[in-house]
Amino acid sequence: MYVAVKGGETAIAHSLDLLADRRRGDRDIPEVTLEQIDAQLSLAVDRVMTEGSCYDRALAALAVKQARGDLFEAVFLLRAYRTTLPRFGHSRPIDTSRMVAERRISSTFKDIPGGQVLGPTFDYTHRLLDFSLMADGERPIAPTAPVDAAQELPRVGDILEREGMLEPPPPADSGAPTQDITRDPLAFPASRAVRLQNLARGDEGFLLALGYSTQRGYGNNHPFVGEVRYGSVPVAFVPEELGFAIEIAEIDVTECDMVNQFAGSHEVPPQFTRGYGLAFGHSERKAMSMALVDRALRAEELSEVVTSPAQDEEFVLAHSDSVEASGFVQHLKLPHYVDFQSELVVVRTLREEVEARRAKDASLSALGQAAE
Amino acid sequence: MPDTIADQGRDEGAYNYAYLDEQTKRMIRRAILKAVAVPGYQVPFGGREMPLPYGWGTGGIQITASIIGRDDTLKVIDQGADDTTNAVSIRRFFAKVAGVATTTRTEEATVIQTRHRVPETPLREGQILVFQVPIPEPLRMLEPRETETRTLHALSEYGVMQVSLYESIARHGRISKAYNYPVLVNGRYIMSPSPIPKFDNPKLDRNPALQLYGAGREKRIYAVPPHTPVKSLDFDDHPFEIERWTQCCDLCGSTESFLDEMIVDDEGTRRFICSDTDYCQERQEAQRLEAQSQKGERQ
Amino acid sequence: MTGALLSARGVTKRFGGRTACNGVSFDLWPGEVLGIVGESGSGKSTLLNCLAGRLVPDAGSVLYETRSVGSVDVHNLTEARRRLLARTEWGFVNQDAREGLRMGVSAGANIGERLMAIGARNYGEIRGTASDWLQRVEIDLGRIDDPPTVYSGGMRQRLQIARNLVSSPRLVFMDEPTGGLDVSVQARLLDLLRGLVDRFHLSAVLVTHDLGVARLLTHRLMVMQGGQVVEEGLTDQVLDDPQHAYTQMLVASILPV
Repeated sequence: MYVAVKGGETAIAHSLDLLADRRRGDRDIPEVTLEQIDAQLSLAVDRVMTEGSCYDRALAALAVKQARGDLFEAVFLLRAYRTTLPRFGHSRPIDTSRMVAERRISSTFKDIPGGQVLGPTFDYTHRLLDFSLMADGERPIAPTAPVDAAQELPRVGDILEREGMLEPPPPADSGAPTQDITRDPLAFPASRAVRLQNLARGDEGFLLALGYSTQRGYGNNHPFVGEVRYGSVPVAFVPEELGFAIEIAEIDVTECDMVNQFAGSHEVPPQFTRGYGLAFGHSERKAMSMALVDRALRAEELSEVVTSPAQDEEFVLAHSDSVEASGFVQHLKLPHYVDFQSELVVVRTLREEVEARRAKDASLSALGQAAE
Repeated sequence: MPDTIADQGRDEGAYNYAYLDEQTKRMIRRAILKAVAVPGYQVPFGGREMPLPYGWGTGGIQITASIIGRDDTLKVIDQGADDTTNAVSIRRFFAKVAGVATTTRTEEATVIQTRHRVPETPLREGQILVFQVPIPEPLRMLEPRETETRTLHALSEYGVMQVSLYESIARHGRISKAYNYPVLVNGRYIMSPSPIPKFDNPKLDRNPALQLYGAGREKRIYAVPPHTPVKSLDFDDHPFEIERWTQCCDLCGSTESFLDEMIVDDEGTRRFICSDTDYCQERQEAQRLEAQSQKGERQ
Repeated sequence: MTGALLSARGVTKRFGGRTACNGVSFDLWPGEVLGIVGESGSGKSTLLNCLAGRLVPDAGSVLYETRSVGSVDVHNLTEARRRLLARTEWGFVNQDAREGLRMGVSAGANIGERLMAIGARNYGEIRGTASDWLQRVEIDLGRIDDPPTVYSGGMRQRLQIARNLVSSPRLVFMDEPTGGLDVSVQARLLDLLRGLVDRFHLSAVLVTHDLGVARLLTHRLMVMQGGQVVEEGLTDQVLDDPQHAYTQMLVASILPV
């Protein structure tokens, strides 16, 4: 039996070697570099940073490479690294009206101050496989309009809000400490800040399906894309010893302000309400899904009847995390000999009892017939 | 960009003793102390992401990482066995990040991390048994809402749990729950003993060792302090009972232990072997020594 | 206290700008069945929920005379005490039986739950009591292991009543207990309820929009309109000689002339 212990360890060691070998694949093909992943699979890197809740393109690219392109696994790798990092403090909230936007569209107004900026998007590509990508060769450099970094782009929401048509956003920085869901356990009911953190880390596919379900009548909230914008914003930090903010980085984010109909309540006249989504990098699907689900989860706050999964806070927040979900689903691969053995014993006993009862019934009825 | 990536080469040498940083360990130890003070009560804690997947023992690993010291001797079992892959993987993890001595012998261990079993060899005072827990809430399958289950615990409203046992008898003539069989701790909290077979439930009662339960994904820690009464729920006229086998262990002949069933050929021939590998080996060793000494006496 | 079992004083509940029930006061005496009638939206269900501790009134108080510790203010109790009271001394029969039953477990378990919640641990005895109660509410014993999902509407309602009465409550709150049932099923249920109330000397507060039900079951009547009690008195008196214009309208529009 001691041999078996060794056997387990050897098996794991061999499995790790095999995995590393398969990861590398055919040695005649050049190894993919982190730079290539970062530059050419940038949306994969964006997603891993968003759900891994760690803005570090290099580490995210490394995670994608190490995970052989399995983005769930890559998110997990990045999370497990992030959790060990020391905390120096919180940055100041980013100000997306100061974004240098590469893309910015609104579906609520034809023209908006600062204009609609289409930017790079799959939206108007015809989904035809581009066989020219099979061949090597340089692509032409796209012409770009000069970006005026100094120009502020007012958010569409702010304009509606000035009119009283849209509820004001919660204060950007109330000074009160915000709970950190990676440090404190989730408790219900959750604050909106906690919900948004959870959704920001949540699995894109899960949020997409939930957001979609609200559009199909499971908690409909009549959404319009007030605005989607993507670009870079500065991150500022106030070191305690300095006492004033310094810019420490620039990050790319996608922001979605969803504008939703609201009939009003006893206290509030009819107005539009917001659903909010924010993701690292260029992740419009994620930001929009998040905004739909954020708004759906505000049902109770807005005195709407909670009828659907997307409005159910415990359901959504407890199941959104792909690292948790993936781990628990896959743990079914672990041995369950003992539980199964216990079930076997019980089921066998129950079956024996049923058969004994049937046999008894049969002999009784045979007796009855004989008596007749 | 290429320069930055090249500059950012980081290696794994930077991890703290036993992986978790000291702040986190302190937080977990506080949760453990609270759990010990209120036996059976599920204490929420700021569970961390671990380098092992959720559902694979992250709760148990965080507890072990928070309590283990350089003088400890660690044993890790899964399904009672030291040689199952996940047990091997967790033992390797601690050998690597904490450099602790590991053992397969229950008697030698100061900390035993387990999934789904309690060792057959009786534990003693000073030992700590760390359980890996998938679903800490015993009422979860009856009531999915956390807000509601916490209220039920707070008010000791446990009628619904008894209802589920009633249903089992009404349907099957007996309580058919085979593992993760609910218990009442210290007369106050209903607790999930984790998916151990009900065979192991009696071992939880007034055990001299400290029992710690960790659920990583659900972020809960709970405990049964040494010598605390643990009662398996039942009815007066349908008392709790454990599994029995007509067979004995093929290797050591034990009639007392939990047996794993193995299918050894295509005909469906079965062998029964102790699920607790250490217990089984100790018995075989003792039998071998006894046989030797008898042989010696005869000579 | 004056010997009343339940006393409401100035019970007021608002939802946003709307006052659902306004300054309601009354005493309920042991063994008495009080009816609250009115159209939908008159505030009768809100009042019932305030009385039963399920809604917290914005003003006023509800006092209840317990078996053991005398008079208590229902809304000043801890949640634990209030829930204990609700499952020992009280019953609550919902209009929709699905809200008052555990639909996923057998009828026997539904009836036995209250017993188990207060410590019953003998399966045979629990099942025996459940059988007795099934008979009392005229449900075939052979259905004891069936879940209420396969019961008819009338059977579900009778099961809900058994589930409530098994712990020998003194006071039962009923919210339109015959609502949504066929007329013939209603009649049987009413008969059953009247028999149980008499036999167990129950006190009850019954909310209904059906004056026929009120006449059959209640001793005294409160008529509500727009959150206010507009008339009250002995049931026969109120129905035969209504004083308030709204009551006259109700009686005229519903009772056959």
